[in-house]
Amino acid sequence: MSTLEALAAPVAAPANVRAARAGDYLALLKPRVMSLVVFTAVTGLICAGRPMDPWLAAVAILCIAVGAGGAGALNMAYDGDIDALMRRTRRRPVPSGRVQAADARALGVTLSLFAVTIMGLAINVLAAVLLAFTIIFYVAVYTLWLKRRTPQNIVIGGLAGALPPLVGWAAASGTAPLNAWLLVAIIFVWTPPHFWALSLYTCEDYAAAGVPMMPLVKGVASTRRQILAYCLVLAPLGVAPAVTGLAGPIYAAVASLGGAALIVLAIRLLVGQGPAPAPAAASSTSAKTTLYTVDAGARPARDLFVLSLVYLFALFAALLGEKLAGVAPLVR
Amino acid sequence: MSDPNDENPVDARARRGRNLLLAAALVAFVILVFIVTIIKISHNISVHG
Repeated sequence: MSTLEALAAPVAAPANVRAARAGDYLALLKPRVMSLVVFTAVTGLICAGRPMDPWLAAVAILCIAVGAGGAGALNMAYDGDIDALMRRTRRRPVPSGRVQAADARALGVTLSLFAVTIMGLAINVLAAVLLAFTIIFYVAVYTLWLKRRTPQNIVIGGLAGALPPLVGWAAASGTAPLNAWLLVAIIFVWTPPHFWALSLYTCEDYAAAGVPMMPLVKGVASTRRQILAYCLVLAPLGVAPAVTGLAGPIYAAVASLGGAALIVLAIRLLVGQGPAPAPAAASSTSAKTTLYTVDAGARPARDLFVLSLVYLFALFAALLGEKLAGVAPLVR
Repeated sequence: MSDPNDENPVDARARRGRNLLLAAALVAFVILVFIVTIIKISHNISVHG
């Protein structure tokens, strides 16, 4: 069989594993992560305040979404071994054997190159460079280097998830001003408490996979203290766009209330519960419907995780809503 | 690699789905390049006459 014939022939799935469907390849793109990336990128694009052809704006957002998808596919390709050890990730296409890691890598590289190239040709070079940097940082720095080596993995690696609003801003304006970096800083500081709160009640999974999340390396008490420290920085940082001429009164109110609620939950997590919120495994009866059951000791961590998600969504929704409604910034 | 003639119906259906996704992606790419080209040409005409 020639090489061409080999490429054209259908790939047989391993025994007891069904062949990959189209949906498996879409799952490689991490659509839920992609939706958050698109949301923050759209906010950055709108906040830039520059008139932009709506078709080109859609192309820019498509490039960011596809770039994020490509990075997600590369992440799944390289993390297939540890994904197989964690309940949250073991049904993904690569660890389940439905998609070969090499195929996921090829898809990731192709989509990433496509996204950066089109961004550079159709939008501008700055946005393309920032998009390329984001993808490379996520794959090379976070996935390949930091994730398995240090508990600071999501602190530093979080930069990749924080950059989409800057890419959106650069796509609209061709510039990267300090207000755009402020949005990056908010997501960057938000990332550690969000993922550490999650890891407080899922650390059995990370331990099984050998991923050095903060609770496993430094302990639960240290993680709780660091979560509070980050929340104390995040709360005022979240309000900052209202005093730098970027956001208006609605955003200021949302950021103030949300920041205060985050601090309250972080304090409750630190002082209100016993020494260690034991990570709870899903019971055999609930495993089909519930990935993780959360016992009473882990509830504050779960509450903080959920609130942090709502907080970030509310901040960017308020900012986006104000810009679309033409609400004037508090400070000019 | 396996012989396409030996595929079971489930695998064949999965392969068809993958091929349709690939076709849709290629068509979307062509439309995308067409739209970007038209916008860029229109912009250049409006700027340079």
